[in-house]
Amino acid sequence: MLRVESVFKAFDDFMAVNGASLDVKKGEIVAVIGPNGAGKTTLFNLITGILKPDRGRIVFKDEEITYLPPYEICRKGITRSFQIVNIFPRLTVFGNVQVAVLSHQRKSSTLFRPAESLAVEETKAILEVVGLLDKEKEIAGSLSHGDQKVLEIAIALGNEPELLILDEPTAGMSPEETFGAMELIKKLAKMRGLTILFCEHDMDIVFSIAQRIMVMRHGETIIQGTPEEVRNNKEVQEAYLGEEHA
Amino acid sequence: MFERTIRSRAFWPLCGILILLFFLPLFAPRFYVYIFALIYVTSLAAMSLNMVVGFGGLFQFHHGVFYGVGAYATALLLAKTSAPALVAFVAGPITAALTGLIIGWFCVRLTRLYFAMLQISLGSLIWAIVFRWYSFTGGDDGIHGIRMPSFLSSPQSAYYFILVVLTVSLVLMYTILKSPFGNTLQAIRDNPQRCEAVGINVRRHQLLAIVIATFFAGIAGVLFVVLERSVFADLLFWVLSLEIFIMCLLGGWFTFLGPVLGTAIIVSLRTFVGKFTEYWTLILGILLILVIFFLPEGVMGYLQRLGGPRPKGSAVRKEEIDASGGVGL
Repeated sequence: MLRVESVFKAFDDFMAVNGASLDVKKGEIVAVIGPNGAGKTTLFNLITGILKPDRGRIVFKDEEITYLPPYEICRKGITRSFQIVNIFPRLTVFGNVQVAVLSHQRKSSTLFRPAESLAVEETKAILEVVGLLDKEKEIAGSLSHGDQKVLEIAIALGNEPELLILDEPTAGMSPEETFGAMELIKKLAKMRGLTILFCEHDMDIVFSIAQRIMVMRHGETIIQGTPEEVRNNKEVQEAYLGEEHA
Repeated sequence: MFERTIRSRAFWPLCGILILLFFLPLFAPRFYVYIFALIYVTSLAAMSLNMVVGFGGLFQFHHGVFYGVGAYATALLLAKTSAPALVAFVAGPITAALTGLIIGWFCVRLTRLYFAMLQISLGSLIWAIVFRWYSFTGGDDGIHGIRMPSFLSSPQSAYYFILVVLTVSLVLMYTILKSPFGNTLQAIRDNPQRCEAVGINVRRHQLLAIVIATFFAGIAGVLFVVLERSVFADLLFWVLSLEIFIMCLLGGWFTFLGPVLGTAIIVSLRTFVGKFTEYWTLILGILLILVIFFLPEGVMGYLQRLGGPRPKGSAVRKEEIDASGGVGL
């Protein structure tokens, strides 16, 4: 479904992404792992169009999306959540998700109909799934960090994506919140048949829910394979797992 | 929405004020009727600015140009051609919106201060053209004694015309700000990157906001011609843009009716304090400093907070004001 073919991205002299490749099949849950600074977030920014690669190709459903602007990539069916909470802090929880749902329904430019009566059911359905329905009227900026991270995912769901990209969905969460978020991700993959690409620091989470794993270091892809293959790969053990589990 | 509007606390008081204003010419002296009409005209210009700056977060610092373009388009059609008045009136906002489209098309490619600089430059260019093109626009002499259709011949009928057009414009603007378009515009103001990520074409949306706002600025320009029967190049000068900017600041950016209040304050100051001293701007300056320090949400924002439910915590409260004030009256 998604194919990243050896993309490069440099910031001045620093090669943030140095020939990374990735391939995600429909219905899969794929994890990207790697030490800090390995280029995971940059890779996600390249896929979602926030950054443009210097070289390489990104193909989604047999269509090249390498140089499309973010909003067009979103309309093709890829949405994302952000590592650092990136919501509309002054809108209500409901309003946050509604912005995305209205955008998906191509109603963002509707001028003469009240917004409060549009896309209400769809928005509430998403809030129900992620468990924020009881907080729909609260101002998003006043939510707890854990709830804001869940709201991140809820906004990304507003566009009914085929591929959902989650950049460290559990960063900064308490253990219980982390557990809840992982259950949510599994549920989404099952219920909606979503394809999910995520990156995460917690290896237990990665190895428990990812069907395939891509390992990055210094902006390069070391390997992409099943959890078993990754665990047994010598280079990964040396380069990454070794460091942490030593 | 209509039901909710009626049930909202502000609806009936507003209706009352409107009825009072409607009967104003029956008992008030002519001078006051004129001052009120001037406040209506200017506040429409200020509200159209508030739409792009307050609700859209765009640095449209030279917004007065579109007010002037609307006024000149109507004035030139009435003075130089025998076009029916209705055509001239409609041409005002349309010309303003087209100008907004052209200038905005360049400006939305830039952000913040760069947007502001380009907008001020392109706006000043239009002022320079109007100012220099003596044979066509009358230069700094302007155009005077513009003919009006018979139904606008008396000051009273002009007052009613302006009040009706203002009311219709306000209802339209309120509807637009409450629509998905308005919601999305405020979301873009708060977080453009996230808006792109959920599939919103941010630049196109901002451009549409500019076109709509400049259309309303053009309507204000037409009303100016109806009121004054003259136009002059100062209408497009940056000083006027600054003035309507201050009106919004004074009234409150995140409130819908704030600019009306700001306009009323400034026009009254100039009229009644300006009579005694030419240094009335000094008082305005002091007032502005006080507002910025003590009422950062503007006078209307402050009144809303007084009228709203008691604060639970000051930090949260501020955000609630911004959020609810974003669409409230």
